[in-house]
Amino acid sequence: MIAFLTKRLMHALMVMFIISVIAFAIQDNLGDPIQQMVGQSVPESEREALREQFGLNDPFHVQYLRFAGNALTGDFGTSYFYREPALEVIARHLPATLELVFGATLLIVLLSVPIGVYSAIKPRSPISRFFMGASIIGISIPVFLTAILLIQVFSIGVTVTLFPQGTAWGSWLNAALSTSGGMPSFGRGHDLVHVFGHWETNLASLDGLKHLVLPSVALASIMLPLFIRLIRAEMMEVLQSEYVKFARAKGIGVRRIYFIHALKNTMLPVITVGGVQIGTMVAYTILTETVFQWPGMGLMFLDAINRADIPLIVAYLMIVGVIFVVTNTLVDLIYGLVNPTVKLTGKPA
Amino acid sequence: MTFKKTLLASVIGAALAATALPATVSAETLRIGYAADPETLDIHEQLSGGMLRFSHLAFDPLVRWTQDFQFEPRLATGWEQLDDTTVRIRLREGVSFHSGNPFTAADVVWTIERLKESPDYRAIFEPIAGAEAVNEHTVDITTDGPYPLLLNLATYIFPMDREYYNGTTDNGQDKAEIVKAGNSFASRNVSGTGPFIVTERRQGVRVEMERFADYWDNDSEGNVSRIVLTPIAENAARVSALLSGGVDFIDAVPPNDLERVRQAQGIDLVEIPGTRIIGFQLNEERVEAFADPRVRQAVAYAINQEGIADRLMRGFASPAAQFSPPGYSGHNPELTPRYDLERAQALMEEAGYADGFSIDMIAPNNRYVNDAQIAQAVANMLARININANLRTMPLAQYWPEYDERTSDMAMIGWHSDTEDSANFFQYLSACFDAETGAGQYNYGGYCNEALDTLVARADGETDLEARNAMLREAEAMLHEDAGFIMLHWQNLAYGAREGVEIAPVVNATDFPYLGDLVIQRD
Repeated sequence: MIAFLTKRLMHALMVMFIISVIAFAIQDNLGDPIQQMVGQSVPESEREALREQFGLNDPFHVQYLRFAGNALTGDFGTSYFYREPALEVIARHLPATLELVFGATLLIVLLSVPIGVYSAIKPRSPISRFFMGASIIGISIPVFLTAILLIQVFSIGVTVTLFPQGTAWGSWLNAALSTSGGMPSFGRGHDLVHVFGHWETNLASLDGLKHLVLPSVALASIMLPLFIRLIRAEMMEVLQSEYVKFARAKGIGVRRIYFIHALKNTMLPVITVGGVQIGTMVAYTILTETVFQWPGMGLMFLDAINRADIPLIVAYLMIVGVIFVVTNTLVDLIYGLVNPTVKLTGKPA
Repeated sequence: MTFKKTLLASVIGAALAATALPATVSAETLRIGYAADPETLDIHEQLSGGMLRFSHLAFDPLVRWTQDFQFEPRLATGWEQLDDTTVRIRLREGVSFHSGNPFTAADVVWTIERLKESPDYRAIFEPIAGAEAVNEHTVDITTDGPYPLLLNLATYIFPMDREYYNGTTDNGQDKAEIVKAGNSFASRNVSGTGPFIVTERRQGVRVEMERFADYWDNDSEGNVSRIVLTPIAENAARVSALLSGGVDFIDAVPPNDLERVRQAQGIDLVEIPGTRIIGFQLNEERVEAFADPRVRQAVAYAINQEGIADRLMRGFASPAAQFSPPGYSGHNPELTPRYDLERAQALMEEAGYADGFSIDMIAPNNRYVNDAQIAQAVANMLARININANLRTMPLAQYWPEYDERTSDMAMIGWHSDTEDSANFFQYLSACFDAETGAGQYNYGGYCNEALDTLVARADGETDLEARNAMLREAEAMLHEDAGFIMLHWQNLAYGAREGVEIAPVVNATDFPYLGDLVIQRD
């Protein structure tokens, strides 16, 4: 176990090193940060002086070594835009993103398991067919569009006048399909509860939770169909297996077979895929956070790119690299718990 | 003296009127969704639209622009030209800073000196030699030579609280120091005379302000007592925030959403003509043909500006045939858009380029409204005179470094005159390039017309404004004839607000809404 964790720590360091080299190598293509710091009419001589002051004229290896030397002491540079240490900026934005990912994950787990299991057990029922159809649509709609649709329907509201208003059924249908909106469409709201350090939470107040709903649904919409289909496919396979047939023959109750014997084995591949996908979800937060102006790491990163805020970009990429390594490590640990035949160190069982 | 007496009387009168009218005391919160929030709290650290908007909230300028480009007295109450190079400015009395310090001439002198040290402002304040306090409320500003635009510059002088920024912080930093992208005292603390005090700020997330209880302008009917500004950079998200009632006021409504905002229940759309010219520059140093005025004219004739403004911009732009928008000193009403494809083809033939040629073209894709689409449309129009344009578009952060290298044949640029004056366009965009003086800093193509430069230079030393305007009108005509800059349009400005938030009287072409005077009607 200790050997495994040490190995993963080495991985993390290596990932950070490689990302930082790549990020530094491409920084010239990210744009000129000075351009973002001065007015358009500021003369070239002033710009040159600033470039010199920020050390942007030094050759690549000088800039990289300076960065690496500082990074070893925990200093990842100062964001040009926030005028604060890059790690500090990221730490302030991290809780918002984690809460968003948490909200989306919760929705995915709560919805995908029952729906997936149901449609595996009753593949021919109309409800299963409906969910399978809907999941195809869900997979193919980009999150950006989902988010805008959610805002239109639940924040702004839609008025349907498609059906004849004069008839009773028409006005009833119009009213049933119209929404009044009212859900918050941007930001985290003002009613945040301070937990500790940089962590202010949306989860502890009604207003905070309201703000979390639409972004979480939008973010969940990417992964939810995938998980429903995955769980359904795995479950169907498991239900065909010999030990399930044997259990049936033994006369064990169907509930026990489905939810104790079959589900446990179904979840093994789901956990692996899930771990990787949660890492990917951190990347998808960029789109979701942009549409909902959710002040998390994704929005911060996109802004940093638009402003060529290089120290922040480099630090963000390194932190995301670490997040990937950490989630993968956690997945492996959980996998070991669920399936004792797997040995973490990779030696044959 | 009589002046002072009348002033005193009017101040007292205003104070009495304010106490008699309790209507102005009603407290309203304004929730704003701007595309950007102020980069810092130090108004001299960066010259940007976001910073100037902030300056008009936490500070007051000496004078400010009205909607029809007149000067409105703010902290300056009167001014007179003493001689060719000196202007005497009388300052408002009874004004205090947020810190409680009284506002005096010494603050103005100090602010001007600080402006002359700011990397962003010192080039603009170059013509000013210095400022001197004559007494508590009078200041003399001297210029190096005769300079007609002193009041234009005065719109950038937002007096800062000298006492407040005096001394050092606990860790030995000079409180007045201007630090680019650094963590200076002035970038985190602010004391101005403006209508609003900053109460909370989280960069990139939110700025909260409250009305300054001792604000001097008691004549103002503004009743906004609290401002919550959220930056929402994404166009669709900003519009949604307004339509869903999450904010009361947004800027930069994108053209695609104009109709939607206009039709929405309980939402007002306010559209005003802007002053930012959008156009193209032809690189004469790389393409020999562009050195021929006939080819440049052919390009100008080939572009259907009205088509672009109507269809691509959905009416959200005014087609332009010159730099100066209507209202500017040098606006020449005789110059009109000149789309004429046959004439363009004839000119190409006359110049010996009937078969055309190929060029590279660059444009940003997130700087100006519909920039990439406009560039695509222009490329298609040029194909009709056999100029085959190979267009590359890129995000802003990459565009300017690319632009500065001048390694393309045709480049898009938008320009807003910092002085709200015509000469500025010529000095940056069409003057013969000179690295020493900084002239023609944004003259991408190396276009050079010395007669034009001489005329603009003469205009800038002319203090008789009528004569000066005539010169600038002539300069516009010369540039038009020479097709030294391919004009497209002036980009409009559009704001959206909840009904009852009366933004129309407080917005203006400079794009700095005067929210201190904003009235919100109670439903």
